[in-house]
Order: sequence, then structure tokens, then C-alpha cells
Amino acid sequence: MRKKLLALLLILVMITFAVSGCKKSNTIKIGTIMSTSGPVSTYGIQTRDAIKMAIEEINAQGGVLGKKVELIVEDDEKNPEKTMNALIKLATKDKVTAILGGLTSDCTLAITKEAQQRNVLLLTPTSTNDLVTDAGDLIFRSCFKDSFQGSVVARFAIETLGAKKAAVLYDMNNDYSNGLTKSFRETFEALGGALVAVESYAGGDKDFNAQITKIKAADPDVFFIPDYYNTISLVIKQVGNQGLNATMLGADGWDELTGQAGDEAIGSYFSNHYSPDADDPDVVAFVQKYREKYNVTPNALAALGYDATYILLEAMERAGSTDPQKVKEALMETNRKFVTGNIQFDEQHNPVKSVTMLRIIKGADGKLATEYVGMVNP
Amino acid sequence: MGVFQQILQQTLNGLSLGSIYALLALGYTMVYGIVNLINFAHGDILMLGAFVSYFVLKCLGVTPGTLTLSFFISMLFCALVGILMEKTCYKPLRNAPRINALITAIGVSFFLENGARVIPIIGPNPRVFPTLPSVTYEVLGVGISRVQILVFAVAIGLMLILNYIVNFTRIGKAMRAVSFDKGASYLMGINVDQVISFTFALGSALAAAAGILFASAYPQVEPYMGIMPGLKAFVAAVLGGIGSIPGAMLGGFIMGVAETLTKGFLSSQLADAIAFGLLIIILVVKPAGILGKAIGEKV
Repeated sequence: MRKKLLALLLILVMITFAVSGCKKSNTIKIGTIMSTSGPVSTYGIQTRDAIKMAIEEINAQGGVLGKKVELIVEDDEKNPEKTMNALIKLATKDKVTAILGGLTSDCTLAITKEAQQRNVLLLTPTSTNDLVTDAGDLIFRSCFKDSFQGSVVARFAIETLGAKKAAVLYDMNNDYSNGLTKSFRETFEALGGALVAVESYAGGDKDFNAQITKIKAADPDVFFIPDYYNTISLVIKQVGNQGLNATMLGADGWDELTGQAGDEAIGSYFSNHYSPDADDPDVVAFVQKYREKYNVTPNALAALGYDATYILLEAMERAGSTDPQKVKEALMETNRKFVTGNIQFDEQHNPVKSVTMLRIIKGADGKLATEYVGMVNP
Repeated sequence: MGVFQQILQQTLNGLSLGSIYALLALGYTMVYGIVNLINFAHGDILMLGAFVSYFVLKCLGVTPGTLTLSFFISMLFCALVGILMEKTCYKPLRNAPRINALITAIGVSFFLENGARVIPIIGPNPRVFPTLPSVTYEVLGVGISRVQILVFAVAIGLMLILNYIVNFTRIGKAMRAVSFDKGASYLMGINVDQVISFTFALGSALAAAAGILFASAYPQVEPYMGIMPGLKAFVAAVLGGIGSIPGAMLGGFIMGVAETLTKGFLSSQLADAIAFGLLIIILVVKPAGILGKAIGEKV
């Protein structure tokens, strides 16, 4: 009796394996690691939704290599340790060969080496820190780098706003914030401006009154704050409370700030990947589709996620395989216009792309909105 | 802005932050004074208080009137949570070794933080706390914002009320008696259980007020928001002498000013190091804290 039971169990196990094996060959699995909860959840949710939308579109047109694409989403809560756990889970349990992610630079930097070692292709749609793609030849990104973004903001401050004195407040524990501060400082000083105050804080701090008092005493023309929208909304509130009158500048982490900050933010400028108001036909089509599906206007990171999905899957189609080593070669041949601009990778796997400058204004409905100011090409 | 004004401005910033720490530190010190327990869940009561006020303000809109109302509702709610916490988690362990109650306190803290993350109406993502528009007044070249005035007014008002309750009412007298000798108070006919519950309620209500002030000054609410202020307030209570009410107030102000002055005149990197370093120095020089009484234990 016991032997029969054992045999039955073995057969069951074998069938399960066989079935799951069949399923594997029918779909192409793509992983994505997005911070869909935690401090940058708005980014994570919208980017994930955009990736899902792109995959649904591709599947509706017949999928990739004749197979349907299956997306496996992992949440890292913007915590680099959890990003690592998600990578290991995707690589070992789900056996994906390509991952879209991570979202923020610190999370992506935590996993680039491991992804390279495990032979997983990593294409981050949104991590702008310069060092992200240094870990190896399987690491790609589809957004611009901070050294370019920071220098564009600095040039904008001097050439368009006529600023001479700048102050910076940055998060010393954050790779994104550090990288932007460095490139802003270099360009601003090279163009003849002076940095009159450089202040820092540790991630998670909420009280910036001491730093703002110091910055106010230095009397800057512009005030550059490179961090994500959640921290920025706190900083801006305290800037308003102290009556500091410098024009505030930010980078792509300010996207979505309009839903979080008070009227103190009006008149600030920030750099971004695209403007949802642009009249480019690709942008109009994307914004319309996204609004119909999810009922919100997609932010820049959503547009990047949408683009990254197409870049990756088109490369797989060209490579005729999901093998990271072949897809890698095919990715380098990418050269066409996407929603956030034309994409062509350089030797370091970074695309050469233009930066959009936006201004925060009071919209017609009394809420904060962004206004397109201009575009800077590399 | 001259150096003098900067010092004045930074001290003002520090006192404003410090009065929030002081309000929170009072809860730690009162509970310790009565039941010898470090209530690590106290910082999370601050979070609950801020969230209750957030929902009140979201429903009714932000005016000085609704803000005042939200103080009452939130303090009442947290006082009830404080009593519930004491009855369910700490009372059964009152005669157990102290380490058991301490570990329970850490457990309650995790429960409140992660419970808040799971409940859909709160959730894991930060939200913007509704605030009144910012207005700044200039006095002698030093700016004082309306939020800072609110923080000072509420904090000092509540400290005066607390002082009255502890020193001039029957229940305050009972609290002091229980803190002095629990066994003897019991024999004298004091309802010790009631006094302990009242102490938890009082401490939690103050934490709720601190939570609303914290959220008004730094307008963001999320489930983990109580951890850092809770830790700083605990240090403030130890610094001032745990068990001593004036000590907790003094400790809170010292922590706030030390932190802000370090950020303002030395370096932001050192802010926490100096604040916690201060604790070490004071504990070395005066182990019972600034206003604490050293009690020798008889063997």
C-alpha cells in the first residue's frame, strides 16, 4: 500500500514538473523590479502600469518570437536590500533572462554586479546615476545620465535665469542626489557662477530648518535641491516658512511634485525626460492610451518604462532569442524614435537623449501644474 | 543676516523642534516613573495621533477651528489606545521580569507600525498632511513662522496643564504616590490600576499632540514617522533624568537645540552624533540624568 502511494506521489510530482515545463516554453518571462510601495510609490506604480500596457500591446500584436510575454512584478519598497532579494528571486525561481528595473539609482546600483554575474540582462528605464551601467556589458539604461542632467540645470540657471550665486541642499546618503550635486557644481562653476552654500542631510530627515537658515544667510539667486518629490515637498514647505526667495531648481525626481507640494513651489524649474503636454504624435498617442486605461496623466517615469519595454522586446525579436548575450548585441543596434525621444546606445550602454525643462505654475483649476519651458540637446 | 541673528534664528528653530521632543519625552518619563517600563511603542502613538488628525482635516478642511477640533479628537483617541495597550499588553506582565515587558513594548511598536502599513486606509505610502498657508513674522531680523508659534503655544500650554494635573489634583497626588512606592500606595487604598491607566492615557494624549505638531511642521504622514522622533525623545528623557517630568522637558529642549545648532554651525553629518554624544557625556558625569535623582538600591 505504502509503495503504491509513493508511486502515485512520484507520478503526480512528475506531471506537475512536466506541465510547468510546458508552460515555460510557451511564454517569455520578463521580470520587473519597481518600488510600488514606499516613498516613491507613485513612480513605481505608474512605471509598472506603463510596462504592463506595453506588454499587452505587444502580446495583442502576436508577442515576441511567436510567444506571449509574461511579466513578473516585484516590489522593493525603494530599499536596496529588497531589490537584491527580488533579483535573486527572479533569476532563480522564475528564471527570467531579462529584467526591467530597478527604479531609483540606489536600488539599481545594489544589483548591477549580481545581475551581470548571474547572466541576467538588466535594462533600467529610470536610474540616472552615472555609475549604473559601469558594472558590465549586460547592464543598460534607457534614460539620460545625471552628469548630463545636472549640467543642463546649471547651464539653464546661468544662461536663462541669469543666476550668479547658487545654493545646493542634497542627501549625502543617496547616489542620485550626490551625482547630480557633483555635475551641477562643476558646470555652474565652470560657467563663472559661484556656489555660496552647499548643505546636506541624511535620507529620512524631516527637519531642514537649520540648513535653510544657513542658505538664506548666503543669499543665493538659485537653490538647487536634487532629491525625490517626497523629500522636496517637505523642503519646500520649510523654505516657504522661512521666507527664502531664491528660485528653486530640481531634476527628474521632482516629477509628481505638483501633487504633493504647496503653493511655495510655484515658479520653480526642473529637468525631466518628457512633457506630457508636448505635441509630438508619439507622446500624444501614449498619453491618450495611458489616460484611457488608468485614468491619470502618465509621468515621465511611466513614459520611460513604456519605452524600455519596447526597446527590450524589439531587441529580443531582432536577436531571435532570449539569450542575454545575443539580446545584448541586438540592443546596441537600437535606433529609432520612442515616446521620450530617439534612442541609440553609446559604448557605455547609455542612450544619448535630450533633456526637457519644465516650470511649476498654478493651473487653471487652482492646482499646481507644469509648463514646458524648453528642450536641451546633448 | 548677521551672525547674531543667525544664532538667534537657529536657537529658535531648535527650541521649536525641541518642544516636540519634550512633549513626547514626557510620556516616556511618566510611564517609566510609574511602572519602570520603557514604552518603546510611544513613538508610534505619535504616528497614530498624526493620522487621526490627518483624517479629521481631510474630511472637514483646514481652518484653525478644525485644527483645534482635530487636537481634541486625536488626543482622546490616542488616550484610549494608550489605556487599551496597557490593559492588554503590559498589565498581564506587571509582575514578570522587566525584560519581558520591554520586549513586549518592542513588539507593540512593530505591531502598530506594520499594522498601519497593512490597513488600507493608512497604507505604506507617505501622504501630504494638510496645513494652513505659511506666514512668517519678522522680529529683530529673525523670522518666526506661524507653525513655530503654534508649536510653542500648544507645547507650553500642555506642559502647564500637565504640571497642574500632577501637582495640584487628587489623581496627580496618587500618581506621585504610586511612583514613589507602589506597594505602600496600594495598602493606603489608592487604586493603582486606575492610576497606571491614567498615566498611559495622559502620556499617549501628549504624544498625539506632538504628532499633530510634528506633522504640521513637517507635513508628511507615514507609518514609520514615529520611529526617529520616538528615539530622540527617549534619549531626551534619559538625558533629563528618566522619571523626572521637568527633566523630560529640559532634555527635549536640549536635544532640539543641540541638533539644530550642530546642523547650523558645524555640519549636518554630525547632528545625530553630537546629540547622542551629549547623552553619553551626561550619563558619564551624572548617571541619573540632569534632573534625575540617584536612588541607591539596597542589597
